[in-house]
Amino acid sequence: MTDKPEKLIDKKGLRLDGRKPDELRPIKIEVGVISNADGSAYIEQGKNKVLAGIYGPREVHPKHLALPDRMVLKCRYHMAPFSVQERKSPAPSRREIELSKVIRESLEPAIFVEYYPRTMVDIFVEVLQADGGTRCASITAAALALADAGIPMRDIVVACAAGKAGDTIVLDLMDEEDKYGTADVPVALMPNLNAVTLLQMDGILSYDEFESAVNLAIEGCKKIYAMQKEAIRSKYASAKEEGEE
Amino acid sequence: MPTFFERRQVVTLGDLLAEGDYIAGENAFLEGNKIYATRTGLVEYDNKKVNVVALKAFYVPRIGDLVIGTIVEIGFNGWTVDINAPYPALLRASEVLSRPFRPQQDDLPQLLDIGDLIVAKIVAYDRAHDPQLKVDEPGLGKITRGQILKITPTKIPRVIGRKGSMISMIKQETNCHIILGLNGIILITGKSVEDEQLAAAAIRKIDEESHLAGLTDRITQMLKKEKQKMEENER
Repeated sequence: MTDKPEKLIDKKGLRLDGRKPDELRPIKIEVGVISNADGSAYIEQGKNKVLAGIYGPREVHPKHLALPDRMVLKCRYHMAPFSVQERKSPAPSRREIELSKVIRESLEPAIFVEYYPRTMVDIFVEVLQADGGTRCASITAAALALADAGIPMRDIVVACAAGKAGDTIVLDLMDEEDKYGTADVPVALMPNLNAVTLLQMDGILSYDEFESAVNLAIEGCKKIYAMQKEAIRSKYASAKEEGEE
Repeated sequence: MPTFFERRQVVTLGDLLAEGDYIAGENAFLEGNKIYATRTGLVEYDNKKVNVVALKAFYVPRIGDLVIGTIVEIGFNGWTVDINAPYPALLRASEVLSRPFRPQQDDLPQLLDIGDLIVAKIVAYDRAHDPQLKVDEPGLGKITRGQILKITPTKIPRVIGRKGSMISMIKQETNCHIILGLNGIILITGKSVEDEQLAAAAIRKIDEESHLAGLTDRITQMLKKEKQKMEENER
């Protein structure tokens, strides 16, 4: 285990991994990585590695869970036993069950659930390696996987955290900043509609600090959103088509 | 009232397609006075209507559609059929028998067993009810021979081509009989397995490259080349 670092921000104002306070970790996104699933996406955000797969829409099993007027979303967030330094039991923990709910509820407003009643969509999120901010990476990946599955949505949901490390408001917290920092504010967003679908806060912030953290997180979201779009576009490389058909 | 893309350009989910006095068509939605895409696909501006032809989508049943399905369950007076849609389809025994079903005499598994493939038409479907099938027209019913191919359902129109140009070309070049299920499942029956495989390869290529230009020419070339190879192998 890493010990508590002396300072989260050094004299130059840089963070432990050399980032500026408003800098994201390097991000790599891929879409359509699992051929067995209806839709899938993979994201690497710093040391985070998250894989998301979608099945459906399909019949609801068990049948009594079906809703007559809307689609049912099911989400499973799971951390692989090797995703953290100390082996994690593969059984779903309290935290994982909670995050499953949080992810599901942050994606649901984007989907046109009322278009396909009596159906179900399964979202599987597998964290292969964790380094703080996996819930945001999971939402980002799961939203892309939904888009890849051809499920109609209002917008691609994107998530990013901001928080307070030392005395500075910083963007996209990594593990140490999350553990030893003062606060963590994950935000999920539908950028086109300017609608927030997830807003949590863990820790202590003043009103002003909270506001600047949310604004910073939203800025981060918009940057990741552009990368999400690029990832989808690169799957369909060429741009234009002749007027045949 | 600007539009933001050229006709037939690839757009991704969430792209702003048009602003102002427009109507959201297929795979698009209106928020305020802005129209956004709800799926990844190719934009079409049709007068005031903005459509997106999806590159990937699942099949949603429509009354009158020809579909190919698999029997997955035998019930008391009919079958449940998987038609590659979010909803299972129902096929009544009386539809197959074309007379009332007599439970004492008629043996359902003998008519259609689990795993059998059928060509059918959707007769009824709405939000509250699962689709119902019929098989009492010529050309419909149990499939006895051929190959099955699965592609993205939204690309079936592309396989058909303009006024059927693409499909008739493939049929002619490969001497195969091809039935296109609108649910993305295709039945190919030919004189030899090689012919069927050639047709399948061509259709698979259409599925992969449907958003790229000059598709019909490339498919024609590919078929001619493959046929030449086959002839050389025979010698």
